[in-house]
Amino acid sequence: MIEFLTQPWPWWFSGAMIGLTLWVMWFAGKTFGFSGNFRTMCTMCGAGKAANFFAFDWKTQKWNLAFLIGATIGGFLAAHFLSPEGGQIPAIDAGVQAQLQGLGFAAPAAYQPLEWYGEDWFLGGTLWLLLFGGFLIGFGSRYSGGCTSGHAITGLSSFQLPSLIAVVGFFIGGLFMTHVIYPWLLG
Amino acid sequence: MLRLIPYVLAGSFFGVIMYKSEAASWYRIQEMFRFGSFHMYGIIMVAVGMGALGYLLINKFKLKDLKGQPIVIPDKAPGWKRYLLGGLIFGLGWALTGACPGPVFVNLGAGFLSMLPVAVGGILGTFLYGVFKDKMPH
Repeated sequence: MIEFLTQPWPWWFSGAMIGLTLWVMWFAGKTFGFSGNFRTMCTMCGAGKAANFFAFDWKTQKWNLAFLIGATIGGFLAAHFLSPEGGQIPAIDAGVQAQLQGLGFAAPAAYQPLEWYGEDWFLGGTLWLLLFGGFLIGFGSRYSGGCTSGHAITGLSSFQLPSLIAVVGFFIGGLFMTHVIYPWLLG
Repeated sequence: MLRLIPYVLAGSFFGVIMYKSEAASWYRIQEMFRFGSFHMYGIIMVAVGMGALGYLLINKFKLKDLKGQPIVIPDKAPGWKRYLLGGLIFGLGWALTGACPGPVFVNLGAGFLSMLPVAVGGILGTFLYGVFKDKMPH
């Protein structure tokens, strides 16, 4: 059991547990949508004065903020108590690893690439790259009305065409970033 | 406050899954967009399959939530522009950072402080959308 828990979890188990999370949220009378928290945070900072979009009672979303705090705790628990010695290092496909090395990323030595997520992330261009990436995530998820949890998981599960269009959009954007912008930026 | 504890627990459960499945790792997201492995596609397909099963059962048996209210899964507004354009912008950010909104916070908890600018960017991007919302095609 401990052996199973500290190893990377297989896709079928992980997918089933995400499905279970969705069921739990539905039976709690809520929805499963993570990016809505960014809007709530804007409102908490007083953004309701700048745009009507933020003029709502953020206290109605406390449950989702609690879920966000939980996700942060979950990350801490998984990294510190449910990982093998030396940390969990994704064993990705060798061909992909070679492609990434061509772009200047060393073979995985940690959960995230230390080129961007190492200790000196605030130096040079990395900080701006991460800030800009976050900006696209925030802008895009609110524009499309959801992120991976709201559209890809909840929306597709409930057979919603708008969510399918959004997920196609996710992939067009992701493929363009990976195959066009990465080589231009790093090649 | 006590009523929020179940949501903290559900969130913790979700955070552990995201980390342990490696769906919160940039490497796996790159692998997905380079079609190098079935891993991420498998996760999404099983999650959606289970979700769809739940959705069908809820509708067929008119299931109620824990408070006894009928479970209503709200429909997204019809249209396509906002979904395609917004989705495209989101996808650019997802592939660049290797994180969607949930994993941003999962990684923060795991100790990657470099997710802080990603989170701040997410808040700024959301704010800018709210300001320019009425000027954009939906």
